Amino acid sequence: MNFYPILKKEIRSYFTSLIAYIILTVFLILSGHFFYTGLVQFVTWGGASMQEGLWQYLFHDIRQVLLFTIPLLTMRLFAEEKKLGTIELLFTYPYRDIEILMGKFLACVVMLLVMLVLTLLYPVLIAIVYQVEVGPLAASYLGMFLIGSAFISCGIMVSSLTENQIVAALVTYGFILIFWFVDWNEAAASPVLAEVLHHFSFFEHFYNFARGIIDTKDVVYFVLFIFFFLFLTLKSLESRQWRGIR
Amino acid sequence: MIEVEHLTKYYGEIRGIEDVSFSVGKGEIVGFLGPNGSGKTTTMRILTCFFPPTRGKARVAGYEVTQNPVEVRKRIGYMPETVPLYPDMKVATYLGFVAESKRVEKSKRKSAIGEAMEQCGIVDVAHRLVGNLSKGYRQRVGVAQALIGNPEVLILDEPTIGLDPQQVVEIRNLIKSLAGKRTIILSTHILPEASVTCEKVIIIHQGRIVAVDTPQRLMERLEKSSRTVLQIEGAAQEIAERLRMIPGVIKVVEQGGVSPGVCSFEVEYEKEREISSELLSVVSRSKWKLIEMRAEKMSLEDIFIKVVTEEQET
Repeated sequence: MNFYPILKKEIRSYFTSLIAYIILTVFLILSGHFFYTGLVQFVTWGGASMQEGLWQYLFHDIRQVLLFTIPLLTMRLFAEEKKLGTIELLFTYPYRDIEILMGKFLACVVMLLVMLVLTLLYPVLIAIVYQVEVGPLAASYLGMFLIGSAFISCGIMVSSLTENQIVAALVTYGFILIFWFVDWNEAAASPVLAEVLHHFSFFEHFYNFARGIIDTKDVVYFVLFIFFFLFLTLKSLESRQWRGIR
Repeated sequence: MIEVEHLTKYYGEIRGIEDVSFSVGKGEIVGFLGPNGSGKTTTMRILTCFFPPTRGKARVAGYEVTQNPVEVRKRIGYMPETVPLYPDMKVATYLGFVAESKRVEKSKRKSAIGEAMEQCGIVDVAHRLVGNLSKGYRQRVGVAQALIGNPEVLILDEPTIGLDPQQVVEIRNLIKSLAGKRTIILSTHILPEASVTCEKVIIIHQGRIVAVDTPQRLMERLEKSSRTVLQIEGAAQEIAERLRMIPGVIKVVEQGGVSPGVCSFEVEYEKEREISSELLSVVSRSKWKLIEMRAEKMSLEDIFIKVVTEEQET
């Protein structure tokens, strides 16, 4: 697997185009706001467990911020190269399609990790004055990493289908929101269908992680989701071999 | 070095190329000529493994494009027509990325980049953003990225399009300087370019190859008559009439006045006949003042049109 040059190029591009700084700033201001207000609430009302009373809400909120920021990171990955035409050169360098895909996917995953690592500041701040349980927190971080990577795999797939970055971001929002809300209105579906949809919901599978629990079925759900969308992206890249495009 | 057999590519219903076969030997410079949309880019994209052909075979340096695309790509330097580059990268950084992509060993990367920049004359813009470069410089960066990794085969799609005349000359010289060690295929729809740079010309029209030869032989083959242009001071009508009377002359075309009293004539005559001495003696006997006399060569444009029309007639 020779994807490192692409990984490096993409990360450099995030930082030279300033998009990384802008997204990190917005992300940190919002998550900082949620941390502060959550903390005030927890201190005011108290609660038996910090995981239930503080972290759970914080991670739900951060997940929301990820929802808004990640499509803005993924939208350019293929759409921009298609628009610039650079994809033609990239495809004629000695890469296999999967190497190009992995380079771009992992670049975005690195950005996600940077975002998540920066939020570690909050538990660290608490740990200075109060005891923090590391186990459940680690579970929550795993959950955020998985759901973030799922957003990325979805976004990269959409980006490979268009050369318009705005379209790429919008359609990614659409996909994520559908997987989010798919089981919210149980009255609109038959009981069987509602039960099935239940298992497709992002919301449902993130819930345990936010509470500090790792359930294999949730992990499997996200991993399968990621693999499925990466597979679709690969097929979309390969489509240039049989589609009638010039 | 490059062997292409019965290559066919359809875009859905639309024909890109049909039954294209040719071969290019090591170290040759081959020009791919044809109007826009004739299938030049399609052929090049197949050779660079951007997409596979619908039918047919293409081998580059012994590797089949559909079977071993990565091996083929390692041996090819490609510059697409639009010279797509990343505008937010510095030239040196970009070439560094290209070197990594082409798997140039780490220890050799720096010298490979330096060499390519030297050859293309872009050392002085190494630390500027690609997006801020002029068209000419971008074109050179495009050639430089193709050169990195020392590929055996260079494929350049319309390398001089959109450049000003001086830049065109520079790029042509650059391409010529690259010849010898490498096999080069370049496409163009500007014919003089091919006659200046290429040893062999492949003329392609509507997806099919219509002629393969050296520019000189193509000209000889297709020239059925020769032409000489004369500029003479005197009465135009009388001169034209007198010229027509020379044996062997097929046609005399008045090209209009060049300056007051001076008129230009194009004299077309049978190929085997050498009539210049005859022309001169007529001029001196008639006491006309000869301003200019030159033999007109058939341009590649003429050849191209001829080849294409002959093709349509048969």
